[in-house]
Amino acid sequence: MSAMRIISAMSGGVDSSVATARMIDQGHEVVGIHLALSRTDSNGKSRGCCTLDDARDARRVADKLGIPFYVWDFSTEFAESVMDNFHSEYELGRTPNPCLRCNEKIKFSAVLDRALALGFDAVATGHYAQIEHGPDGVELHRAIDPLKDQSYVLGVLTQNQLAHSLFPLGGDTKVRIREEALERGLITAKKPDSHDICFIPDGDTAGYLVRKLGEQPGDITDATTGEVLGRHSGTFTVTIGQRRGLNLTVPAEDGAPRYVVDIDRESGTVIVGAPELLDVDFIRAINPIWAGTPLGEVAVDVSAQVRAHAEPVPASAYVNGGELCINLHEPIRGLARGQAAVIYSGTKVLGSATVASTNRVGMQSSLHGS
Amino acid sequence: MQRVYLDHAATTSMLPQARAAWLEVSETVGNASSLHTSGRAARRVVESARESIAEDLGIRPSAVIFTGGGTESDNLAVKGLYWARCSQLGQNQLTIVTSAIEHHAVLDPVMWLSEHDGAVVEFASTDRQGRVSVVEIEDALVRGGVALVSIMWANNEIGAIQPVHEIAELCKKFDVPFHTDAVQALGQLSLGLGELDATAVTISSHKIGGPVGVGALIVDPFAKFTPVMHGGGQEREIRSGTFDPASIAAFAAAIHYSVADLDEHAARLRELQEYLIAAVTSAVPEAILNGPPPGEARLPNNTHFSFPGCEGDSLLMLLDAAGIDCSTGSACTAGIPEPSHVLLSMGVDEKTARASLRFSLGRDSTKEGIDQLAQALPGVVERALRAGSVSA
Repeated sequence: MSAMRIISAMSGGVDSSVATARMIDQGHEVVGIHLALSRTDSNGKSRGCCTLDDARDARRVADKLGIPFYVWDFSTEFAESVMDNFHSEYELGRTPNPCLRCNEKIKFSAVLDRALALGFDAVATGHYAQIEHGPDGVELHRAIDPLKDQSYVLGVLTQNQLAHSLFPLGGDTKVRIREEALERGLITAKKPDSHDICFIPDGDTAGYLVRKLGEQPGDITDATTGEVLGRHSGTFTVTIGQRRGLNLTVPAEDGAPRYVVDIDRESGTVIVGAPELLDVDFIRAINPIWAGTPLGEVAVDVSAQVRAHAEPVPASAYVNGGELCINLHEPIRGLARGQAAVIYSGTKVLGSATVASTNRVGMQSSLHGS
Repeated sequence: MQRVYLDHAATTSMLPQARAAWLEVSETVGNASSLHTSGRAARRVVESARESIAEDLGIRPSAVIFTGGGTESDNLAVKGLYWARCSQLGQNQLTIVTSAIEHHAVLDPVMWLSEHDGAVVEFASTDRQGRVSVVEIEDALVRGGVALVSIMWANNEIGAIQPVHEIAELCKKFDVPFHTDAVQALGQLSLGLGELDATAVTISSHKIGGPVGVGALIVDPFAKFTPVMHGGGQEREIRSGTFDPASIAAFAAAIHYSVADLDEHAARLRELQEYLIAAVTSAVPEAILNGPPPGEARLPNNTHFSFPGCEGDSLLMLLDAAGIDCSTGSACTAGIPEPSHVLLSMGVDEKTARASLRFSLGRDSTKEGIDQLAQALPGVVERALRAGSVSA
């Protein structure tokens, strides 16, 4: 690989630190960029994603590696494309993944476009995924470390975006990356991983949404009897498959646990029932994005993944009327509208689409939630 | 590649005279407030520096209050005068008259007083070239209840020199304290502080080739200031804190050199300024010079341009890669550029304000360096334009 000019997106974590170091070792001309994504302090001044500590750590790693470093302010774009979308999707009774959205709209779109326009060849990040060059172009593959694989949140990238993306960590385990960070003497070597949504640092998504959208109370009803079992403070405070924290006032006759099986946005009702009601065997997903060649109308064998850390499930998938249809060979328990379904062929990402409706094995209606 | 430093308004290289003075004092021990021989020796350094500065600036030594720099001096002037006036007049709410183009070291304490102490703030407007309206200041003084007027001597972003003598006279007429931040003016203009009826003048060391971390507030010795920092009672209890004799001596050396060298230095900078403006506008004909035309209304070291359609931080990054250090206006804590409050208040739209760069000249600036800038600019602007169109 000849030397390229690369923007390395440095979050201030261990992964992007090592990714940056590796790009430099490979002889590329690397410029470190920290993205300021949210404006959270009271003065309305920009603050980096998560904390100022992260911005500082990123800067100090760039210092150590001897590369130029800048902060790029994408807080306006982030607020519009990711946060506003997050709020409105929840308000519409769907469950969005903001990290996917950020990759699609910010990191590999606004940032990549800007980098290319400024004369750079590619953007590198610390995501755990692998880029391979196949006969039909660039391919996105799972990382070798199954515990860290992040190909799911990159499933929204197009061929053109992938062609300008570099993921230097996908061939290693997280354990190895931490060792390497220590060997390199990077100050981020022992920093804990971040798990939360960056603009909800306390992890309390329901509380955050109540603050943003206001309380919108409604009934919690039984899926079979229709009986009112309790109240909720907003349909966006619960997710499909949730069991705890529902505060049901009417105990179940058989004492069996009850799960959120559906959200009726129209009436503001949350429906609970037995876990079997959550089983999904068919997904209809809209707005597909293809990593390479789009699927056709003939079903092909794939594996489908519906959450960042969910087990992939064997399935067959085809396109019908511009929508991605997925027949699951094993049912998936608990799937909400708005989640992304990413389909793979082996380790290779084929594409992704947004879940619009599903077929519930245990429910009367054939296509639930359309 | 030779680096070209065009950000002297942010900070400039230390003068050899200042460095020598600092090193000499740094070899001695003694707290200038101690009573023994070593203490008195340290105090002697501080007082000689005070006298040297007073002589160079045409004021009395007792007018010099040493501080930790420009920001501290501005805070002391704004808060110290506001609080003192309130207690003098037996009022708990007075008006502060200032302009929207002040440095944040003035604006932010003013806004803090507004939020926490109920101060009423009146902003005198600025014209398109960044000159503050004296008429509006007079109107505010006529309305009364003014604690202080604070207007900078010269603006740090666009170099506009303000009519401080006129404003000072007005304030004297109305018996209202006048503060001016002269951080950018010192070493660029002949200040003649003896002829200015100001209550407080902020100056800073590192903008003229002294060390960072030392400055002064030049005060009317009869004016009352409520201290911002309480402690050992140094500087007539206006500014507590151990003296830093080495930095103070170096500050005095820098002032002495820059005042003696002023005419020659300013003339050289004016020539380079015109050269730079011509070079930039011929390299990029679309570039707009912000602020007053070069000449009496503008600092000799300052140039400031908008490059329509570009983002200032894209330009800065690309020029950085081409070996040129410049600035998008004022530095910001997290390194994130905001559109300049100075340009916005001059009536420049946000997009054009974001498209701007400041090139500020200093002692090591050369025509060759400016040529390097002019050579890099067309390509840099072309790329930044492309990046600007994708992010728009």
